[in-house]
Amino acid sequence: MTPTEPATPKIELSSVCKAFGSKAVLNGVDLTIGRGESVVVIGGSGTGKSVMLKCILGLLRPDSGSIRVDGVETANLSERGLEPIRAKFGMLFQDGALFDSLSVWENVAFGLIQGRGLPRAEARDAAIANLAAVGLDGDVANLYPAELSGGMQKRVALARAIATRPEILFFDEPTTGLDPIMADVINELIIDCVRDLGATALSITHDMASARKIADRIAMIYQGQIVWAGPTAAIDHADNPVVDQFIHGRAQGPIKMQIRRL
Amino acid sequence: MGFLAAIGRAFLIFLEATGRLAQFSATALSHLVRPPIYGRLIVRQMVDIGYYSLPVVGLTALFTGMVLALQSFSGFARFQAEGAVATVVVLSLVRELGPVLAGLMVAGRIGASMAAEIGTMRVTEQIDALTTLSTNPFKYLVVPRLIAGLTMLPLLVIVADIIGVFGGFLVAVYRLSFNPAAYLSQTALYLTANDVMAGLVKAAVFGFLIALMGCYHGYQSRGGAQGVGAATTNAVVSASILILVCDYLITGIFFS
Ligand SMILES: Nc1ncnc2c1ncn2[C@@H]1O[C@H](COP(=O)(O)OP(=O)(O)OP(=O)(O)O)[C@@H](O)[C@H]1O
Ligand SMILES: [Mg+2]
Repeated sequence: MTPTEPATPKIELSSVCKAFGSKAVLNGVDLTIGRGESVVVIGGSGTGKSVMLKCILGLLRPDSGSIRVDGVETANLSERGLEPIRAKFGMLFQDGALFDSLSVWENVAFGLIQGRGLPRAEARDAAIANLAAVGLDGDVANLYPAELSGGMQKRVALARAIATRPEILFFDEPTTGLDPIMADVINELIIDCVRDLGATALSITHDMASARKIADRIAMIYQGQIVWAGPTAAIDHADNPVVDQFIHGRAQGPIKMQIRRL
Repeated sequence: MGFLAAIGRAFLIFLEATGRLAQFSATALSHLVRPPIYGRLIVRQMVDIGYYSLPVVGLTALFTGMVLALQSFSGFARFQAEGAVATVVVLSLVRELGPVLAGLMVAGRIGASMAAEIGTMRVTEQIDALTTLSTNPFKYLVVPRLIAGLTMLPLLVIVADIIGVFGGFLVAVYRLSFNPAAYLSQTALYLTANDVMAGLVKAAVFGFLIALMGCYHGYQSRGGAQGVGAATTNAVVSASILILVCDYLITGIFFS
């Protein structure tokens, strides 16, 4: 635990609720992320982790509750008001969300060209450097996303998310679909972003090894709420049956999978 | 009771859709006049709509002009008014068939591809990704298409009118043995600036509507491939219907 909590946390969610039709997905989420902290959110499939990220980015509007970024309430800002807030973020989407009409380097350079107004030649060099950081060489720069493997697409998306060196980084399952060695390279990259660039990171993962490696703090989401949050080292004696079942990957326990045996 | 409720529900759904469309259009228009403007994207859309639609629109116009000449000749021959063939061909093309047929062809070609492209971007979260990269999707995706539709359709229609008149000329001269010079002077005789103006205004309105429907339905699409397919169909159908309705309204304004 950091002994002195900074006055305004980077991101603060309180009682955030979001439902799709009659289906409540987020049910009063409370989560605080300090400046320069790396928080990992874990939780079962379909528990609303991606929805939570999209609510913070303003891509989805929460039904109720408050979301503050650097102390600014974003939950009811207009689209125009959200623009300066969104400029602080870099987001890795779970499925990559690469622009399929643009080449790989144009994807990575997109935020630099459109957002920062960099000349194309300069942005291309920056893009190739970012691609190198995720283990992709210059050959792929001129390919199109459809010509890449799933894991390569994920890494291009990661390079795009960090290319503008944003203050806040969101990673939605950064290591899913990667081989164990590349997964560790990505873990290191995320740690570098937080440590060297001073970014604040919020990651989602199912990969406990990755979570232990990149997280300062871990939070567990279950039934639309954060049921446990604490320092990474404390997760092994969290004393919470839900967390216990999840980190040990046991089918038996309080989390019931909706399945029927054949 | 159940019957009334069904009507009420349908009416509410209609109002909701209209409201959404109005809001979408208002947002799009507000971004139309605020910088930044993406020149490269506008040019690319203009080439797509204007240049690559030329073959389709040209062929349509050519055969329409030819069939108009043939039809009006055989019709007017019944009361010895064959001299009016050139006038009928040029007026029907410029005032009516040029813009409407070009509009319908472009709606099928461009409206569909806009809806499919933007719809795919929506369901694969590429539009969300744009937003997180400090790029407004309205400015980046919608505005270039609206501008291109608005400006390119009138140009296409001018070309279509010329090709259509030429088609009529070919049939009149080579099949119906008109005198070429007489036919051409007859073509120019009754054509007024107002006729041309009305045709171009129609074309601009149709071009705008095609792009608006393509973008709107693409932007609103939900769910995977099926949602994109539905968006494509809706874009073409709604643009076609709007073209026919607006055609009537604009004709009423210009020629009443
Ligand atoms: N746009 C949407 N419309 C309707 N329901 C949605 C939408 N987005 C998400 N949901 C629902 O919200 C729930 C949470 O989705 P979410 O994508 O946040 O899950 P997740 O925790 O990220 O799961 P995973 O680990 O599998 O990615 C799911 O049950 C999903 O059906
Ligand atoms: Mg998810």
